[in-house]
Amino acid sequence: MVLTQSARRRFQTALSYVLLLSGAALIMIPLVWMVSTSLKEPSAVYTFPPKIVPDPVRWSNFPESLTIAPFGRFYVNTTIVTLANIVGHLLSCSLVAFAFARLRAPGKNLLFMLVLSTVMIPFYVRMIPLFILYRTFGWLDTLLPLIVPAFFAGNAFYIFLLRQFFLTINRELEDAARIDGCSTFGVYWRIILPLSQPALAMIAVFDFVFNWNDFLGPLIFLNSVRNRTVAVGLAYFQGSLETAPMMHLLMAAALISIIPVLVLFFFTQRYFIQGIVFTGMKG
Amino acid sequence: MTTLVPPTQPRSVFASRNSISQRETREFYLFVSPWIIGFLVFMLGPIVASLYLGFTDYDAFSSPKWVGIDNFARLFQDPLFWKSLRVSALYSLMSVPLLLVVGLFIAILLNQALRGMSFLRTVYYMPAVISGVAASMLWIWIFHPDFGILNAGLALIGIRGPAWLWDQTWALPSIVLMSLWGVGSSMLINLGGLQSIPTALYEAAEIDGAPAWRRFFSITLPMLTPVIFYNLVTGIIGALQIFTQGYIMTQGGPNNATLFYVLYLYRNGFEWFRLGLASAMAWLLFLILILLTAFIFKSSPMWVYYEAGDA
Repeated sequence: MVLTQSARRRFQTALSYVLLLSGAALIMIPLVWMVSTSLKEPSAVYTFPPKIVPDPVRWSNFPESLTIAPFGRFYVNTTIVTLANIVGHLLSCSLVAFAFARLRAPGKNLLFMLVLSTVMIPFYVRMIPLFILYRTFGWLDTLLPLIVPAFFAGNAFYIFLLRQFFLTINRELEDAARIDGCSTFGVYWRIILPLSQPALAMIAVFDFVFNWNDFLGPLIFLNSVRNRTVAVGLAYFQGSLETAPMMHLLMAAALISIIPVLVLFFFTQRYFIQGIVFTGMKG
Repeated sequence: MTTLVPPTQPRSVFASRNSISQRETREFYLFVSPWIIGFLVFMLGPIVASLYLGFTDYDAFSSPKWVGIDNFARLFQDPLFWKSLRVSALYSLMSVPLLLVVGLFIAILLNQALRGMSFLRTVYYMPAVISGVAASMLWIWIFHPDFGILNAGLALIGIRGPAWLWDQTWALPSIVLMSLWGVGSSMLINLGGLQSIPTALYEAAEIDGAPAWRRFFSITLPMLTPVIFYNLVTGIIGALQIFTQGYIMTQGGPNNATLFYVLYLYRNGFEWFRLGLASAMAWLLFLILILLTAFIFKSSPMWVYYEAGDA
């Protein structure tokens, strides 16, 4: 069969759309199912075949789901951990990255290799000694184990990303500032940081998602109900409801928990895409 | 992305002075001191301690007792240890290649100058930002044998779906299926790779009359091997560490069909307080990861194509 060039192109375009749109539909079905269940009456949840459009719509599932466990506390805890991590990582990783990008010292390259080598080290290799360490510090069942490491540049990937970014910043401005008597710290604080907003924003966004979603760390280091983060609280909530037919509340609670991340994602997609592609290109 | 590539700049007037000043060295070490402290306390210390604990009997309350290689001997005789290793390995073998292929396929489709591509890219990437806990809870409900949407969908086309997570044979494949929902990361990295392939290559091939499949196998795939390599390494490292799904969705069941390695490690450590044994497990997996990564790196010259000057 002989097709003209343009007919073939049209066919290819149509086929691409069919494939991509059906794939996108498959991706969306789980979320639609989640929203649908979270709006159903308890009696409408366990029916076969399931109805996608809830009738009647029960908005009260959302407030009700929040009262079943101390979710208010969970959200406060998660917010504290997330924000503290962002602040800690932005300050400490940028300071360290600045030193690697701009200052010269013997042993610098070796140290940088060491920084990079920590990217590969999985958390589970460290978690048992960390548990013991935090116990001797008296930090167990507090938010400190989830916060303090961030202030000690505890993320090699962020250091690497910031260093690469700093290397692209023109040095002329710094040299001028130096001539005017600006200190090294001044260069970092007043020149490099303000010029690095895109890279800093990218890290803030990544760190938000990672900490908001983190599970294993909080699971190990936190104990009492009131100190839990949302992820651990949800898991606990699910476990305690195992036998009770409360799927509508479970879905409502889970949906509320992912909304902050989804909203952030929609407004900062650019950073996500750049960051992910960057890891792929440079990693 | 171009903004992130370090250009070659003339050294600054200050940096080009003949020797590194004492002051600059002092400042450097002062500035990196947070990392050095953090590295010693939260990274190197724990890794060394973990290695030591692996050779001890330690219940978290009395002090650790040196037992030599007992923990390792015990693990090698423990059928559940082997089972958990097999479960995680099987999971990786199924999900990593699947994510690679599907991620590449979607990326190729999205890498066309068509309307709506950036919107579709957003849709495909979205599930990747959802927490493992929330996603696990959602997928339990999707997989529900009687009232879940998956079996309802299959019933529409006349298939009676299995009991998924509640069935020994299907539990692990169910979690693999769920992992496909997070194909967005693999897709995005592949897309970045595709966009960095010079279009001149395709233009030349088109002039020579190379058919589409030929362009794919002779240009796209070879040019993409560094990205595939990256996806493979990080994919395996990530997949072998799977924990949340087993912990929340199946508690390792049914009949240990989803007893992932890290889940078994967690139980030994934090449910049964066999911290020595758990440390030994952690180090074994760490060793496996190092060996696997080294093997992939060693094999890379055979199949990863790097342009001259780029590596």
